[in-house]
Amino acid sequence: MGHWLVISPIVLCIGLGALLLMLRNRTEWQAAVAIPGLVLLVLIDAALLYRVASDGAVTMVMGRWLPPFGIAFTVDIFGALMALTAAVVALAASFYSLSEITGSSRRYGFFPFLMLLLAGVSGAFLTGDVFNLYVWFEVLLISSFGLLILGSEPEQIDGALKYAVLNLIATTLFLVSVGYLYAVFGTLNMADIAVKVRAGDSNAPLMTLAGLFLLAFGMKAAAFPVNFWLPASYHTPRITVSALFAGLLTKVGIYALIRILVMLLPVERAGLGPLVTIIAIVTMLVGVMGALGANDIRRMLGYIVISGIGTMLAGVALGSVDGLSGTIFYALHSMVLMTALYLIAGQAAHLGGGFSLTVLGGLYRQNGWFAGLSLVLFFAISGLPPFSGFWPKVVLVKAAFAAGAWWLAAAILLVGFLTTIVFGRVFLLAYWRSAAASATAERMKWHATLPLLGLTLLVVGFGLFPEWLLRLTHAAALGLEQPTAYLQSVFPAAGGAQ
Amino acid sequence: MEAVFAVVVGIFFTAAIYLMLSRYSIRIMLGIAILGNAVNLLLFTAGRVTPEVLPIIQKGVATLDLAAANPLPQALILTAIVISFSFLAFLLVLTYRAYQALKTDDTDEMRLAEPEERPLPPLGY
Repeated sequence: MGHWLVISPIVLCIGLGALLLMLRNRTEWQAAVAIPGLVLLVLIDAALLYRVASDGAVTMVMGRWLPPFGIAFTVDIFGALMALTAAVVALAASFYSLSEITGSSRRYGFFPFLMLLLAGVSGAFLTGDVFNLYVWFEVLLISSFGLLILGSEPEQIDGALKYAVLNLIATTLFLVSVGYLYAVFGTLNMADIAVKVRAGDSNAPLMTLAGLFLLAFGMKAAAFPVNFWLPASYHTPRITVSALFAGLLTKVGIYALIRILVMLLPVERAGLGPLVTIIAIVTMLVGVMGALGANDIRRMLGYIVISGIGTMLAGVALGSVDGLSGTIFYALHSMVLMTALYLIAGQAAHLGGGFSLTVLGGLYRQNGWFAGLSLVLFFAISGLPPFSGFWPKVVLVKAAFAAGAWWLAAAILLVGFLTTIVFGRVFLLAYWRSAAASATAERMKWHATLPLLGLTLLVVGFGLFPEWLLRLTHAAALGLEQPTAYLQSVFPAAGGAQ
Repeated sequence: MEAVFAVVVGIFFTAAIYLMLSRYSIRIMLGIAILGNAVNLLLFTAGRVTPEVLPIIQKGVATLDLAAANPLPQALILTAIVISFSFLAFLLVLTYRAYQALKTDDTDEMRLAEPEERPLPPLGY
């Protein structure tokens, strides 16, 4: 029953976080400890994904308190995929941080916070207990506060205050919903709840509960109309931190939303479907409209994150296996791509001397390779083939037509078109326009080139060889719709039922 | 007992939401402090409040007396209290730093990260 691979990503992250905290003043050692640690984390998560993909879901219980009483960690393909991608993104960001986060910022604790953030994110992806999910949310939230105010500039404090208050209210709402969930089912183990829900005959107000969960996770994921904290704060921290947040945090909200609504409360999700469809469409449009009106490229990317959340919600609204598979694929693609885009923004500012579109110019002439790399990523976010953004949108549009929701398909395509305009304009102004006065004679450092190249390779790889990922995401979506393997791994003796 | 507590929880939530809707950051903090307590009290009440019955399975019976209080929500609250306390401590410091750095506690005037007059992106090439 106990499989150490399940818990090792979290143990590793917390252990390294504690170690790095002790090495707080030895700034030159921190990267040397953290980066090999993150490589190890990627390997562990890859091994975990391999095992889960070949043998089905794996469960580990703490202290032999068998489910539903003890806290169980259950990993299925969905969780393992998300955890692996999160580790890859964090590794890329930690390389990039070598050139950006030095000296005093490291003493403020960038690497310890990064590790604890990853512990929270991995824990949220791997846990099989709803209250435990809440605890991991708090772990990642408090470390994200630390990262957000790295540097203590007034803008950061302004952004952090709004971020902190709204996110804390969201997790408190989540806690209320967890309390009600326990009151209804008398258990917090996800598999046990799934069994009890599928057994039916409950007069409990599950619809209200699902609505509460939708509000709480919608706030975490920055879905309309509770999305305003994101563009208020994501452009204030260091670019490495923005890249990490864009890659990891909102996706944890989407993950939890899918886990709770699709796996635990499927009937209520179907009931909320029309509402989620409207939220998805409006979120997509609000995001892309905000991006069209933004002058600071970091703010523009913040709005693009929101628009991506809308696209992911489209699959949740549909609820079919194909729709969910598209959502999961889109989430993985978005984690890699949004991180890469923020790093591109950081490099554009490094080379061009600012984040504002009115200032930037001449990047194409200055560094043709960087321009080419940027163009690949811009194509990918617009959903153009042959890059990673194309396939999840194909799957989602197909699923929308299969469900007869042509307006949802139309919204996805329209938003793709508007995103193309947004990034076409960036390329026109910042890359093709003749060089501005602010342009620096800086060159790209290898710390920046390496993660950008790696992430771009992933984006191109996802686009050129999508079959294996499509197979995995399809299996993951199927496992959410019919969680027999998940239940069997938690309750092996009873053959999937208690 | 539970009915009284339910009313108290309702009052707590009302006060918390009222305070959090304020423009002033210190009132928002007070609202958050009350909100955390409202949630804890809610969970506590949901687990039954019966000091008369021991939550111990009696000899010769297989299950716990139905009237006994459920100890699990109390364990949950213990975790939640610690978490909300540490968050509140952080938020109070953050608010004070925001007051120092931005010279205001009025959230309408905290426009440093999002200036009111934002330049539009260039409209021509």
